[in-house]
Amino acid sequence: MQESNLRSRNLVIGLAVAAGILLVKLFMIQILDDKYKTDAKNNSMVYDIIYPTRGVIYDRFGKIIVGNKVAYDILVTPRETEKFDTLLLASALGQDPDFIRAKMDEYQRNRKKIGFQTMTLLKQVPPETYMKFAEIQYKFPGFKGQVRSIRDYPINAGGNLLGYVSEVDADYIKKHPEHYRSGDYAGKTGIEAAREEDLRGEKGYHIYLRNSHNQIQTRYLDGEMDKEAIPGHDIITTIDAELQQYGQELMRNKVGSVVAIEPKTGEILAMVSSPGISVDQLADISKHYKEIAANPYRPMFNRTVQASYPPGSVFKLVNGLIGLEEGVLTPDMRYPCNHGYPYGSHKLGCHGHPSPLDLEQAVMMSCNGYFCYVLKSILENRKKYATTADAFDKWREYVLSMGFGRKLGSDFPSELGGNIPTSKYYNRVYGKGGWKFTTIISLSIGQGEIGVTPLQIANLSATVANRGYYVIPHIVKESEGVVLDDQFKERQYTMVDTLQYRKVIQGMWRAVNSGFGSGGTASIAAVPGLDICGKTGTAQNPRGADNSVFICFAPKDDPKIAIAAYIENAGFGATWACPIASLMVEKYLRREISEDRKYLEDRVLEGNLMSRVKTD
Amino acid sequence: MGTYERTLRKSLDWNLVLTYLALILIGWINIYASVHSSEPSTIFDFEFRSGKQFVWILTSIGLALFILFALNPKFWPTVSLPAYILVLGLLVAVIFLGTEVKGSRSWFNFGVVSFQPAEVSKITTSLLLALIMSRPSFKLSRTRDFFITALVIGLPMLVILAESETGSALVYVGFILVLYREGLSGWTLVAIGMTILIFILTLTCSPLVSVITLIGLISLFNAFDSGRPGRWLLTFVPLIILMAFLPKIFAALADNPSIPEIVKGIKPLWVIVGVSLLCMPFLMVKAWRVKDRFLQLSCLGFIAGVLMVFSTDFIFNNVLQDHQRKRIEVLLGMKDDPSGVGYNVNQSMIAIGSGGFAGKGFLNGTQTTYGFVPEQSTDFIFCTVGEEWGFLGCALVILLYVMMIWRIIHDAERSREPFTRIYGYCVAACIFMHLFINIGMTIGLMPVIGIPLPFLSYGGSSLWAFTIMLFIFIALDRQEKKYF
Repeated sequence: MQESNLRSRNLVIGLAVAAGILLVKLFMIQILDDKYKTDAKNNSMVYDIIYPTRGVIYDRFGKIIVGNKVAYDILVTPRETEKFDTLLLASALGQDPDFIRAKMDEYQRNRKKIGFQTMTLLKQVPPETYMKFAEIQYKFPGFKGQVRSIRDYPINAGGNLLGYVSEVDADYIKKHPEHYRSGDYAGKTGIEAAREEDLRGEKGYHIYLRNSHNQIQTRYLDGEMDKEAIPGHDIITTIDAELQQYGQELMRNKVGSVVAIEPKTGEILAMVSSPGISVDQLADISKHYKEIAANPYRPMFNRTVQASYPPGSVFKLVNGLIGLEEGVLTPDMRYPCNHGYPYGSHKLGCHGHPSPLDLEQAVMMSCNGYFCYVLKSILENRKKYATTADAFDKWREYVLSMGFGRKLGSDFPSELGGNIPTSKYYNRVYGKGGWKFTTIISLSIGQGEIGVTPLQIANLSATVANRGYYVIPHIVKESEGVVLDDQFKERQYTMVDTLQYRKVIQGMWRAVNSGFGSGGTASIAAVPGLDICGKTGTAQNPRGADNSVFICFAPKDDPKIAIAAYIENAGFGATWACPIASLMVEKYLRREISEDRKYLEDRVLEGNLMSRVKTD
Repeated sequence: MGTYERTLRKSLDWNLVLTYLALILIGWINIYASVHSSEPSTIFDFEFRSGKQFVWILTSIGLALFILFALNPKFWPTVSLPAYILVLGLLVAVIFLGTEVKGSRSWFNFGVVSFQPAEVSKITTSLLLALIMSRPSFKLSRTRDFFITALVIGLPMLVILAESETGSALVYVGFILVLYREGLSGWTLVAIGMTILIFILTLTCSPLVSVITLIGLISLFNAFDSGRPGRWLLTFVPLIILMAFLPKIFAALADNPSIPEIVKGIKPLWVIVGVSLLCMPFLMVKAWRVKDRFLQLSCLGFIAGVLMVFSTDFIFNNVLQDHQRKRIEVLLGMKDDPSGVGYNVNQSMIAIGSGGFAGKGFLNGTQTTYGFVPEQSTDFIFCTVGEEWGFLGCALVILLYVMMIWRIIHDAERSREPFTRIYGYCVAACIFMHLFINIGMTIGLMPVIGIPLPFLSYGGSSLWAFTIMLFIFIALDRQEKKYF
């Protein structure tokens, strides 16, 4: 009894001590310490957010392609407003008076929810309008302007490439709670999205104290706790703005892509997806969004990295290179072709040309039959492989090493991997052992189950130009404060030896430079002195006319540019893709188009293929 | 005056009932003030929390009357075990079936009404504790009984921790006070206090300071236990001073070129820990030979303490969750952050501090009505009290709580039924923990731990739970009056 009484007493003492601690601390902050009263005027902190300017985007020669300009948001704190002249305010802001009335009514209805918060009345008002408002601002307590920097596009370097910046939504904030709040902007597509972290900068704030009448009084701690905004890093891209712009003009009224790469560095020089978003629409994307989304040609869809097509005859280069490396093909091997390659009761057709041909001629004249023999000898190489499936798996390994069938890993967002089928796939479709070379014969000429993106085709062009390696294509150059991943500096070697490449390149050179009437498929691409090497392709399109494909690089011995053009429903490779790509090469290497090719330029600029493309 | 009324007036502990009524009234008024804006509305306006709280208050009083007059108090011991198991099941179920609120899954949501099993679990845990500890054969010092007791407290606590409701789980630590009353050694409380002290010291100062403090305190307690504080003054005080200067001595020697590099690499902390751990075996042999239990425990305590110093970093950085770590850092002044984690505390302290001696008066608070203080009608309701009623109001509220808790202890001690006594202490401990953690949080004494202030905070779940908890005790106590 004694002991428990003692314990009970101890607990009561403990209770008293604990209560005493609370009271002493309360006494300290409520009575002794004036810090919390700040002159007994009930102040509180107000955070004034300072928005950083977004990083500027330059082209490879230092030309600004995306800059910033000043705009103002008009803010209103409904609780602070007094009766005001709606007509005067509306005219200053260039708005309908009913709009202002409707907004104020809305605030009035939601006043309990809004409380003392500040609302955004108008977004991105141009400086001229803001100046008019600022002159009469004193008549409108509760209203104020806030500087925001918005995007400015001095030249049209392609909306799909640059991407747009728009206000973040709730989902986006949830994903990145550290950096974004409602009302902030972020890059959503293209370069703006790819380099958002570099471009956005860091928000700052000034802390003010507000008194009981809700008026701003002084800086909190004389601004000691303030944080200045840190502007975003500028980005230097690999894009040649002039070339990009020229490519867009050439692609006007056509559906498809052009991708140009500097082979040695993997730097993307131009990346055109047509039809695309123009930069005028980009600047005010929310206004144009509906119109863009309703366009049947889907301008938002970036075909260069997101469209998966059969490559067509340009893929013959791949098969030829694999044949050479596997030792089943030599450059002087000749195969006959009489309007095609017969198998069973079928025939894979070809156009008229001399026969038999060697490898160089087969590349130059794009012979279908020849490459059927090549793929057949690869797949039916029983000395090395027990079954067709084994040989096919090896073949697929080669193809993947050239950057097909998987994402290249570019720094450009939303890249597609395309498709190169596996032997498992054919086993599933035809049963194990139920398929052979003739079943998949169309792979010889780049048809069938293959899907590749224009970026991957351009990368093939660069790989051939480099005689066997590529650097992962990318759009951002290293610059101060912007780090480039090491993978964009390394050479990716293919499984085919450098020596084999020389053997097909001569055929590509002859395809372009043999003159009309020689049988070369790309004579129209020839530019005297530029030594362009190219390969045409005509890929079947189940929705209408064939797709026109062309890859080329130049000059032959020291390639500065490798390019791929893929035009939907445009017919033979030589008809549209070939002139477009060669004009791009000429523009890049000479900076202008020679007089005797002006007719070609005019033909392309005026060409309108839109009616051929099915949109349903 | 009828017989019934006379017995009611005599048997009910009116002190407790009136304090209870005063507290819920104060809560209701302050909830009204905290949601009040310049839009005129009455305290009964159901659109606001004050109106809703009015409904909670009426239903709570209904519940209280039901417990007092419709239920036989003998009922409580019999339902203790089934109720405990049922609520434990609900606690587990809510992890899978509950709705997520601010990162923790601890609420069942039935449309208009939400219900938090953790609130009820305090009652059932108290009832079961009272039941098992009131058995005549129960002895806390017996290992089996001790483990059963620890299990009854620990199970719901662990499940609540799994729900990430650290605050509610912390309240269970308060049951140790009940165990203390029922015979747990006071040194257990000291050990817990020291654990917290060492944790804080290691984080804010350095492991070296922690180890020296550990040596100093444990040796001091031993000196008192063996009745030789004088010898401690002569031996340990100079030793501790020497240890405190060890880093300085090391720094001075570091300049001496004649000392090899390997020796210079030795840190003062290692020397102290090494030497003291070397002494341990001798002390332990002595402790076990002369069967000095205190010395035995001191040795083990010291080793545990040193282990803790070295693992604190790990616990702090790997066991605690991000937001909890930040709150502790801000509380201990390791990081200053007026816009982030520190925002709540900073705003809350500005609100309370600006109240001054007598406050700004009812509905005149600006900090709370402008919405600077978050959760102002629930966890931070004390801000409104502090701002509008000042130090006087705060002191009154705290005094009311102290009165309530003291009165519960008083009634519990007077009781002849161990069940009533132990249950009473449980109620007192829960209210005390909530009171100290919640108010401590609003004035920057405790990290921001989201638990309500009993009877004052807005919310049906909490008010109902505390009402039921308190009135079970009042009913039990009333039944005891027949002895007097």
